[in-house]
Amino acid sequence: MGYEFNEKVIEHFENPRNVGEIEDADIVETVGSPVCGDMLTLYIKLKDDKVEDVKFKTFGCGAAIATSSIFTEMVKGKTVDEALKITSDVVVDALGGLPEKKVHCSLLAPDAFHNAIEKYKKEHDPKEQ
Amino acid sequence: MKRVYLDNSATTAVDRAVIETMLPYFDKAYGNASSFHSFGREAARALESARDQVATLIGAKPSEIYFTAGGTESDNIAILGIAYANRDKGNHIITSAIEHPAVLETCRHLEESGFKVTYLPVDIDGRVSLSDLRDAITEETILITIMHANNEIGTIQHVRDMGALARDRNIAFHTDAVQSIGKVPLDVEFSNIDLLSISSHKLHGPKGVGALYVREGTAITPVIFGGGHERGLRPSTENVPGIVGFGKACEIAHNRLDEDIEHMSSLRDKLIKGILDAIPKSVLNGPCSDRLCNNVNISFEAVEGEALILALDRVGIAASTGSACSSKKSTASHVLLATGLSEQMAYGSLRISLSRFTTEDDIGYVLEKLPPIVERLRSMSPLWKEE
Repeated sequence: MGYEFNEKVIEHFENPRNVGEIEDADIVETVGSPVCGDMLTLYIKLKDDKVEDVKFKTFGCGAAIATSSIFTEMVKGKTVDEALKITSDVVVDALGGLPEKKVHCSLLAPDAFHNAIEKYKKEHDPKEQ
Repeated sequence: MKRVYLDNSATTAVDRAVIETMLPYFDKAYGNASSFHSFGREAARALESARDQVATLIGAKPSEIYFTAGGTESDNIAILGIAYANRDKGNHIITSAIEHPAVLETCRHLEESGFKVTYLPVDIDGRVSLSDLRDAITEETILITIMHANNEIGTIQHVRDMGALARDRNIAFHTDAVQSIGKVPLDVEFSNIDLLSISSHKLHGPKGVGALYVREGTAITPVIFGGGHERGLRPSTENVPGIVGFGKACEIAHNRLDEDIEHMSSLRDKLIKGILDAIPKSVLNGPCSDRLCNNVNISFEAVEGEALILALDRVGIAASTGSACSSKKSTASHVLLATGLSEQMAYGSLRISLSRFTTEDDIGYVLEKLPPIVERLRSMSPLWKEE
């Protein structure tokens, strides 16, 4: 069956926030692949434990693009710990809901962010040095 | 907002003349065609006249046409019916990797009950090789089912040669002609076809009606029971208005076949050239020749199909893609993958399908709107590399 996106999803799809790359990003993390049909690269710049800047590039359906967009909007300026609390459920709620079969697309951005922070912490953990 | 419908392989607008022909059968000649009174006889006469119209379009005898509820049902009745009728002769079926799910899933169902199925590969154009088909035939083969034209990439198969091969080996030959009917000249005699599935709503008739052609003398076992309609092969009170509309749609298609083919081919070629010229890193999927006159299928590097369809829908253009991002996992078209296309390009496919009602204006509108949309999606794709 077909499905319908609400206006907010469409608005993010048509005018996505924070699309692009950050040249001097602290972390660049990619999840998914062209073989899976959706792929997201997240560029993150941290400052004093805060997400100073974040940008994304997404290859994926409308829901993947809209969730990437709103996710970056939501984490920008937050502390890393606050940002880590923005799960896919939070993203879906913020968008006012997604069609059932599109909910899985909202995992992309939070997954990328979690992986990114985990890697960053490992790399910068004094115990691991 | 301007709206342009270019998803005619999914379904078509019903022709006004078809609607007019159907109307009396809802509230005037509404009898049950099995009834022995004037209302019933009117309905029965209408059925037989529609049967003539359908038969004429494919070069069959009216007695070889069985009305069904559509292409999927025709495919099911044909494949299951031939399999069951020939169980004592053998248990092997040959089909192709790029069939419609109505054929593929019916074959898979038969595999579960002991039949063996060979899914023939296709070349880059989506064509089944005749020698592969010949090599796949065994003593056990009872059915060959290969679609006439592919619904996604428009490849027209050489059914006449396949039919000849099947006949030579005394094997039933079925073809799903749902996409080709009214767009390719087709004669079941000339093409050595034993069974053929067609659907009304793909050629400007109403939905919920189709037909199965079964060559006289072909052994087929019914798979639906109760009532004896359509000579026992498809019992159920006939959908008289729908069948009347289907008949009229076939008559119109028959009368203007050459004109329709010329019209659609010329717009198709203009659209293909326009898109490939305007958009770098775009490739045509499917063949350059022996291609359905209404089919355009193009992949755009680094762009995902569903996002493309959504963006086109926002400017009023209705098209489709072989990419389906649903439930847990995205899937790329089995047809495009079978032609050897990479996953990325298969996800980035756009199918634009025309009809006799498509205009130069419609094509112009697509050529105006599509390139900036592809550019915008590429600008946000991690797979896109600017040259």
